[in-house]
Amino acid sequence: MNNLFTVIVLGLLIVCAVATCLSRNLLVSVVIFMAYSLLMSVVWVLLQSPDLAITEAAVGAGVTSILMFAALKKIHQMKDKKHENEE
Amino acid sequence: MKMKSEAFRNWLMGGSDPLEEEMLETLKDADDSHKDEASWKEPEVFKPYRRSLRDVLIEKGYYRSFYVALSVVLCVVLIALLLATVMDMPYFGQADTLLDSEVSEFYVENTLEDTGAVNVISGIILNYRGFDTLGEAHVLFIAVCSVIILLRMPKEDALSAYHIDREAEKPENDDILFAGARVLVPLIILFGVYIILNGNISPGGGFSGGAVIGAGLILCVAVYGFERMRRFFNYNTFRTLSVLALISYTSAKTFHFITGANDLHVHIPTGTPGTIFSGGLLLPLNIFVGVVVACTMYALFSMFRKGDF
Repeated sequence: MNNLFTVIVLGLLIVCAVATCLSRNLLVSVVIFMAYSLLMSVVWVLLQSPDLAITEAAVGAGVTSILMFAALKKIHQMKDKKHENEE
Repeated sequence: MKMKSEAFRNWLMGGSDPLEEEMLETLKDADDSHKDEASWKEPEVFKPYRRSLRDVLIEKGYYRSFYVALSVVLCVVLIALLLATVMDMPYFGQADTLLDSEVSEFYVENTLEDTGAVNVISGIILNYRGFDTLGEAHVLFIAVCSVIILLRMPKEDALSAYHIDREAEKPENDDILFAGARVLVPLIILFGVYIILNGNISPGGGFSGGAVIGAGLILCVAVYGFERMRRFFNYNTFRTLSVLALISYTSAKTFHFITGANDLHVHIPTGTPGTIFSGGLLLPLNIFVGVVVACTMYALFSMFRKGDF
């Protein structure tokens, strides 16, 4: 059963990675990236390294995704002002 | 607010980079030293020599399919290389995995006696390979310094030049967020401190604990606003904490290097393995690394969100 679970998690990893690149909405891309980090944390637990699992959960699914949301807000702030000026 | 990736698709179809135009516009509004840069137009004689592969392909209309085909080929080549490497490694979790590797066998057998740490990984990265961790702490510090240099804006310039509205300073009037954070923030920071202090007994250590504390501080500032946060975590606090932690870590490692290189057997007691006060200098080193990482996470978020502490 452990083998089947590993295969399912790895398959979902591939699906998440491909979906991040191919989505048309940047916000959706960042959320799928967060899900990718969460699945990676599960993979680290399956490989019996809990140090890496804690760090991946805190950094990948936490701080990195928050920084990307903040960056998105900065870019679209500039873009929204430009659109308001054009209209 | 829609967030489509239309800028990238326009560039793929043959348009120009929108961020480059915005940069040229802001250069025009800037002081006189940059005016010549923005208004210089290159002479027409250079134009035939300036055509790159991208211009040729855009004219013929093949650029998009060329881009897609090249990226697919690159991905397949990378996947093949990585799979070929993984096939050479031993299987996971077999009893004879350590037969060929002397270094792993040495680490597994001798870490408990030499360092006194039950968590072998903490013993390796802070005792045997403490030099690499020193380099990592320095890299974190330099990264935060570069982000501060690039993104920090004094208060007056931030409000006037870039039109950042004052909403970035006020906390959100959200009841669910307040009620949840009032319970969660102390628990998260307490859990981070627990992970740091138990670095040599259970999984964790300085890096994981510092990341958790940083995430707790980010939640705190998102709920309570930057004004209240500045009472106990402003630029001076950040500077003092990071520099002190880094200097202390460097002094501890320098002590180890000098006594180790000159064969002076100054023995720091390792204590009984399994308690918190064991492992020689492992506990202080974990605390220093945790402090540096937590300050780094909070500083990065502050710089991205507001441009100032």
